[in-house]
Amino acid sequence: MSYNLSNLLYLITIVTFILALHYLSSPAHARRGNQIGAAGMIVAVVVTWIKIGTTSWWAIAIGMLIGGGFGAFAARRVKMTAMPQMVALFNGVGGGAASLIALAELHRILPEPGAPKVDISLAIVLSALIGSISFAGSMVAFAKLQELIKGRPITYAGQQFVNGALIVGAVAAGLALVAGVQDEWLLWALTAAALLFGVLFVLPIGGADMPVVISLLNAFTGLAVAAGGFELENNVLIVAGMLVGASGTLLTLMMSRAMNRSIANVLFGAFGQVSAQAAAVAAGDAGGSVRSASAEDVAVMLAYAHKVVFVPGYGLAVAQAQHDVRQLADLLEAKGVEVSYAIHPVAGRMPGHMNVLLAEANVPYPQLKEMDEANPEFPRTDVALVVGANDVVNPDARNNQSSPIYGMPILNVDSSQAVVVLKRSMNPGFAGIENPLFYNPKTVMLFGDAKASIDKLIQDVKAL
Amino acid sequence: MSHNTILVFEVTILVLAIFLGVEVISKVPTLLHTPLMSGTNAIHGIVIVGAMIVLGLPDKSAFTWIVGFAAVILASANVVGGFVVTDRMLEMFRKREPAKRADASQDGKGTS
Repeated sequence: MSYNLSNLLYLITIVTFILALHYLSSPAHARRGNQIGAAGMIVAVVVTWIKIGTTSWWAIAIGMLIGGGFGAFAARRVKMTAMPQMVALFNGVGGGAASLIALAELHRILPEPGAPKVDISLAIVLSALIGSISFAGSMVAFAKLQELIKGRPITYAGQQFVNGALIVGAVAAGLALVAGVQDEWLLWALTAAALLFGVLFVLPIGGADMPVVISLLNAFTGLAVAAGGFELENNVLIVAGMLVGASGTLLTLMMSRAMNRSIANVLFGAFGQVSAQAAAVAAGDAGGSVRSASAEDVAVMLAYAHKVVFVPGYGLAVAQAQHDVRQLADLLEAKGVEVSYAIHPVAGRMPGHMNVLLAEANVPYPQLKEMDEANPEFPRTDVALVVGANDVVNPDARNNQSSPIYGMPILNVDSSQAVVVLKRSMNPGFAGIENPLFYNPKTVMLFGDAKASIDKLIQDVKAL
Repeated sequence: MSHNTILVFEVTILVLAIFLGVEVISKVPTLLHTPLMSGTNAIHGIVIVGAMIVLGLPDKSAFTWIVGFAAVILASANVVGGFVVTDRMLEMFRKREPAKRADASQDGKGTS
């Protein structure tokens, strides 16, 4: 297939990708958009296959079966709650592929009489560097979210120095390559430094910030792929990679804005390191005691309320309690209670995660209230039922300047008449921060697994 | 076409893609940010094209063989996994009939 014809066909792929992103602007046709994108991907694969001809076709087929089989299996099997780490995993392997391509390309063009073209070697260096950081970082993010390693930030003395040294070393090796030093080992050294940097860079970031990190690494992989396009003089890689690079960067900014924090603070703040001062303040507030209630008491509160607002959080997702919550809501509605759901933009572990889960349980859209819509409603609310949420309802974000989440917009559940918190235990949340809401005299705690508690509430409300 | 002509062309489409990427996702509602992340994740699976080109090189060394084969495996996991995960997420957002009033039926659990 000629250069021009294949590029023309690749244009079809590019258009489908743009449509896929465009269709994501509304839930109504988002899924169709994704299918169009997948079709475009198939076009690109077929065109490439025809272009290469029969060389090693069987190796390509076997590789695709292994990788695609794994991808399909993992993606089909994963629970909705584990989606964030799946995205991290698939993002990482994409970055890994981009950096492997860089290694192969350098190996192919060296030794070059004179020196390799500067733009080609620059592209090789960039895709190896960014792709490797994305690969290693995503794997750590995956391990943290999957709880293979501790979700809490891991810090040690001299961390910034080690990270800085690794990046300077990698960039130096890269510059040497671009300047025309013809030694493959430079790229290997660069890749090793970048991999190590990726690991060390993500390790100190707390689990609660992982979504922002995954989004950033997603943009990184896009950039690495775009650089790969320059190596191989391939338009579809350049455009698709850069689309992801640009949109991923914007999404990362939007996400950190939703948490009212800067990117730098997310990446280097070692969030969740509760400062001694903050802990002291929290302990001072925590002078009060925690009231716990039985399911029967809570059932009575709910059944005789005029307005109940559910505040779902990650605990609901973990317990797979979304269907039970919906059932409880239906039951309360049958008793004439006005029910709605208040969704914090970063509830769960990714923006929109909660909406996905509640949509799965067929909760009607109009009952889902975004934060700005939900907050003015709380003073008129009789009972706010917090199901496995913690940081997004923590009043410290409003009141305690030394709290690591100070300034993050929260759901003001404490302005409602009564608050019921469903929680497994008094352990601090994912971010490891104390929550004074639990010590508020208006609050009662219902301890236990979210699903078991909700089921118990359903029984008790029915029995009334 | 000379190398430089191609390079200038490539840089042009790169810059246009930046603006397009920003423009096309600035309209995506928060509700769909998770699928958006996952969807863009699937799109950079286009790296499979690069992996295929590397493994499809004629007269390649053993090194290129191994690296290219690994790249094809990783990239296909990215493509297939990315699109399937996104599809599963978006499946949840399908259109449904307006909420039944609870007193009309007590069906309880949603089916999905």
